Amino acid sequence: MSNIPDELSYTKEHEWVAGLDDGITVTIGITAFAAEALGDVVFVQLPEAGAVIEAGDSVGEVESTKSVSEIYTPVGGEVVEINQAVVDDPSLANTDPYGDGWMFRVRVDGDPQDLLTPEEYSALTSGDS
Amino acid sequence: MSRPTPLRDVHESLGATLTDFAGWLMPLRYGSESAEHNAVRQAAGLFDLSHMGEIFVTGRQAAEALDYALVGHLSALATGRARYTMIVDERGGVLDDLIVYRLGDEEFMVVANASNYEMVDAELKNRAKSYDAVVDDRSEQYALIAVQGPRAQEILATLTDADLAGLKYYAGLPGVVDGRQALIARTGYTGEDGFELFVADQDAVPLWHALMAAGEPYGIKPAGLSSRDTLRLEAGMPLYGNELSAELTPFDAGLGRVVKFDKPGDFVGRTALEAVKDTAPGRRLVGLVARGRRVPRHGYPVTKDGAVVGEVTSGAPSQTLGKPIAMAYVDTGASEGLAVDIRGSQEPMDLVELPFYRRNK
Repeated sequence: MSNIPDELSYTKEHEWVAGLDDGITVTIGITAFAAEALGDVVFVQLPEAGAVIEAGDSVGEVESTKSVSEIYTPVGGEVVEINQAVVDDPSLANTDPYGDGWMFRVRVDGDPQDLLTPEEYSALTSGDS
Repeated sequence: MSRPTPLRDVHESLGATLTDFAGWLMPLRYGSESAEHNAVRQAAGLFDLSHMGEIFVTGRQAAEALDYALVGHLSALATGRARYTMIVDERGGVLDDLIVYRLGDEEFMVVANASNYEMVDAELKNRAKSYDAVVDDRSEQYALIAVQGPRAQEILATLTDADLAGLKYYAGLPGVVDGRQALIARTGYTGEDGFELFVADQDAVPLWHALMAAGEPYGIKPAGLSSRDTLRLEAGMPLYGNELSAELTPFDAGLGRVVKFDKPGDFVGRTALEAVKDTAPGRRLVGLVARGRRVPRHGYPVTKDGAVVGEVTSGAPSQTLGKPIAMAYVDTGASEGLAVDIRGSQEPMDLVELPFYRRNK
């Protein structure tokens, strides 16, 4: 069973979202489940800071030894910051997916997509595995 | 349902990610596949390859039957030696690539890919019909454990009295490892020195534990199919289904040297292969090294000035080079200004001759 922190929200595409409660700026990353399924992450491509994105957009990609998957943003708004550290050292997505392996921050504009609670995400991933 | 190997419980207890591969439930990786890859390059890795097929060909005319059935000259193989060879169809298309071990005057073991061995067994039985030879698929009875890497010989030497130093590359001898009968072969699919141990199914688990314990001081790691694939890719070794298929002859794949026209008698595919042996194929198998960090993958188009000039057959990030690499069939003559179309973006590539990696001997 992979780690699913209680304080985060989740997507069906295996992203996590932090900071929704403030309703101003949220942080987005990929879940431990996603990182484990991918294997060693070797390349992360993120949107550019300043880009305006819409909820549901594919905004980046994560490549591992065996596969590649897209990063979808569950919220729309302006990208205010990207995690250059994970671009420079993609293995952070494996070693600390909810911490140093975060991907990007968005100043939220509009309603987020339907998000999953930790319980719902746990049910989703235990069904997948 | 995928078939488990005799080592399935061991893999699960090691926390392996298991995957279906050619109908078998196999370990994809145990932890970090990069760490497994590097362990094989720098120390040693232990692989479960029990999905491979072991087909025995025995009898007075076993050698002649194989000369007819395969493209190689197996009757010329000395007892105790092995050859990389292929089985082709009448059109010269590759049905599988094989390693054949000569175990005795009248006894050979043909090792075939997991995805193909049932077909290979059927083909060999058919082709051996008019010979005094028996073809027997013993894949169910044999497990295969490989120990690969620069420390492999030292590790194995702690468990056997067999003359490993005297065992040449592509040779195999029966021996006793940790008290168990094994065929000890100096073969592999990683680009490193190493051994493949063919043992009875019931000996696989104790032998695995013995090798892990013996290898621990040397830094051995269990290694899954993911690292096996990146290791063979760096070593420029073809994978059936990627670089090899029934649509390609051995010459198309740049492996015409395995076809032995000067052996006595006819063989399946001879006429078709004679006709193409001196014709330069339109495409050749080359290596590509990415300038960027995005990874070319199986099936992606190779382009030059926007036109498609080839196709990637295998690609992965290379631990050893620190860059993404690929094998690809590329139009003869196209060598400069190449790119791979990675999901719509033309990523520049440098063409190199294979292999990407060659160990220091």
